[in-house]
Amino acid sequence: MFAYIVRRVLYAIPILIGVNLLTFTLFFVVNSPDDMARMHLGVKRVTPEAIEKWKAERGYDKPLLYNERAEGLQRFTATIFFEKSVSLFAFRFGRADDGRDIAWDIRQRMWPSLAIAIPTFLLGILVNITFAMLLAFFRATYIDVWGVVLCVILMSISTLFYIIGGQYMVGKLLHLVPISGYDSGTNAFKFLVLPIVIGIISGIGAGTRWYRTIFLEEINKDYVRTARAKGLSELRVLFRHVLKNAMIPILTGAVVIIPLLFMGSLLLESFFGIPGLGSYTIDAIQAQDFAIVRAMVFLGSVLYIVGLVLTDISYTLVDPRVRLE
Amino acid sequence: MAKRSRPFWLWPAVTVLILALAWWQLPAQFGVRPVYLWTDRLIFLLLAGALFLGGWIRRREHLRQPWVEVFRQRRAMVALVVLLAFVITGLLDSVHYRKPLPMVDGQQGVQYSVEVVTLLDELLGTLREGTEKTYSAPFAMTQLARETVTLPDGTQSRIRPRLRHGGAHLTDPSQRGRDILASGLAGAAIGVGLTMLVWLLLGAILSRRWQTSWRAALTRIVHGRTEVPWRAILVTAGSLLVLMAMTALWSRHWHVFGTDKVGEDVLYLAIKSIRTGLVIGTLTTLVMLPFAILLGIMAGYFRGWVDDIIQYLYTTLSSIPGVLLIAAAVLSIQVYIANHPDLFETATDRADLRLLALCVILGITSWTNLCRLLRGETFKLREMDYIQAATAFGVGHFTILGRHVLPNVLHIVLIIVVLDFSGLVLAEAVLSYVGVGVDPSTISWGNMINGARLELAREPVVWWSLAAAFVFMFALVLSANLFADAVRDAFDPRLREQSP
Repeated sequence: MFAYIVRRVLYAIPILIGVNLLTFTLFFVVNSPDDMARMHLGVKRVTPEAIEKWKAERGYDKPLLYNERAEGLQRFTATIFFEKSVSLFAFRFGRADDGRDIAWDIRQRMWPSLAIAIPTFLLGILVNITFAMLLAFFRATYIDVWGVVLCVILMSISTLFYIIGGQYMVGKLLHLVPISGYDSGTNAFKFLVLPIVIGIISGIGAGTRWYRTIFLEEINKDYVRTARAKGLSELRVLFRHVLKNAMIPILTGAVVIIPLLFMGSLLLESFFGIPGLGSYTIDAIQAQDFAIVRAMVFLGSVLYIVGLVLTDISYTLVDPRVRLE
Repeated sequence: MAKRSRPFWLWPAVTVLILALAWWQLPAQFGVRPVYLWTDRLIFLLLAGALFLGGWIRRREHLRQPWVEVFRQRRAMVALVVLLAFVITGLLDSVHYRKPLPMVDGQQGVQYSVEVVTLLDELLGTLREGTEKTYSAPFAMTQLARETVTLPDGTQSRIRPRLRHGGAHLTDPSQRGRDILASGLAGAAIGVGLTMLVWLLLGAILSRRWQTSWRAALTRIVHGRTEVPWRAILVTAGSLLVLMAMTALWSRHWHVFGTDKVGEDVLYLAIKSIRTGLVIGTLTTLVMLPFAILLGIMAGYFRGWVDDIIQYLYTTLSSIPGVLLIAAAVLSIQVYIANHPDLFETATDRADLRLLALCVILGITSWTNLCRLLRGETFKLREMDYIQAATAFGVGHFTILGRHVLPNVLHIVLIIVVLDFSGLVLAEAVLSYVGVGVDPSTISWGNMINGARLELAREPVVWWSLAAAFVFMFALVLSANLFADAVRDAFDPRLREQSP
């Protein structure tokens, strides 16, 4: 088991290097730092001095890959590639365009993100499983058929409309909770309720349908027939046998997402003005702050790979038949 | 079967030929200057490909069977009718040209307007030109905001001025309700009439195929005793026709969905957005398909180091969260476009290339899923007896891939293509909101929502832009989802849907 995890972590390294090279190409080769400077300073009236100054302030004034003017090892380390891309491996994200420390910002903004993402995730799974069990219990009846149609209808509505509609109905018409904003500590609760509820509702359609197929797949297996033949009630069969075994695909499907919860929800956070990592990313994209986007891309890939490793481990935990070699 | 002698590609080829001729010849006939955008070319290429494939499948019983199953499902056919309406609108909107300007004295040659219009714009003439100054509500006669005007007696007053087009034909404002009702009823009558016509026509066609009398065919359709659910199709098409006719009559004098901030008709914007949505939903898949198919079956077939490299490629790409990869790529392209303004002739050109770039980027982020599925399926197929036999006979690797593996994984490709479509249409709206979607000058549902979402805070509330975008997007995505489900069930009931 331990050896397996070590091997998986080692396998992650080339992938991260690939991600790194890709972002480096996107941000520095496709567009030179000069292009970026021109973009930020306004394309038309820009002097070469202003470009040089902009680059020097942000450390983009070095060569891309190889520094001829430096000595020894510095030839490779005093370059944009080393300082901006390789240093990501040490989680040194550098500074944003406005001079703020990105790593510090990420640590600060992580908590509001988690405060929304974790309840949305857990309650969402609970709600989806409940509905899916209901549909599985009434399978092949009109309730099931129309339930699935309802799921498809819910899936066909853009998340944007869930958010806009929810904000409008609850916040503006009923005045139940504030429309947007955030507060520290327990005061945050009233700001979090609406985003969490909307986050859950927007996921019901796809989630319920997916879990329903898992349940139905399980229901047709032999051990379920045996359980019924023993004279167990349908409810008991569903909860004791089907649910337990269906938890294997459900759990392993959910584990991948857990680390990514840190990244927050782009849409929810930005609509509700919650200072989490999702809104941080959106703000950076809209301000074209490449340093932050680069950092978030790297962080996201790391978390995804962590999720993959966790998935493999969780397989062995919930299903003893699976052995990691 | 007497039709044996007719090759399967005859009708598709003729259709394509006519389309191509029309595209090259007709503009000159009408004195307009055609504009060939890149997305237009790809759309018509896709259309030609789909027609050819359709003709090819028709002649092969085993390939036709699943489609026959799809065509017998009521829900799928209702969805298909709605989808077809969207596709036809999108195709009409993909024929771009520039109109000639009126001749000035002493002018040499014809000058063309810089404005690029489409066939759809011609059809929506009154909608496109009937702009107002600013916001106005659906079916309103007056502007939403008050304005200070000087009355004839010299005093100033804050009133809601009458609109330039909305209800401008009425002198007496109290006639508004009657006028709306009258033109609505007239539209409904026209719609019902057209539906009857379609019904009679369908009866005539089907009576020949069934070799029954015309009356018998008509009754069979009405009673729903047909294999293909013609009654449901007819009801859907009829409802669409009635809706369209009513809207068409209304929009001669009214703004059915109101106007937006700069006074453009919201219904016009919503209809124009259809093309953007379809382009993103279809071209993205078209762009990614060659890579996904080639790499997927190569990884599964050759295994070893080929498999390792391809797996590494798609794991790396899929490990970057989708939105961020798209954002990074789109930002790079934005910088590139901003720094190379000389590459593009017109603003339409630039917006179009940006749309295509978005499709390519979305394709790069979304091919990994299909590639993984194809790899797994090829893995299984490789062990099949007929492929072992082909190997034993000394058939080359690429012949095996092309002749034995590819046809047997195509159902997966098809399922993924139709399943992905609705997700891509929804993604466009989100990406445009994030600021990495289509060009701000491109008309799209995402841009409509983006422009309108802050207006909910206004008093009185401006809800119509959102409502229009919602209705159109919902109709497209829902029908695409329903159709995709039927296709999936028919082609592979076991392929489990992807996790949300």
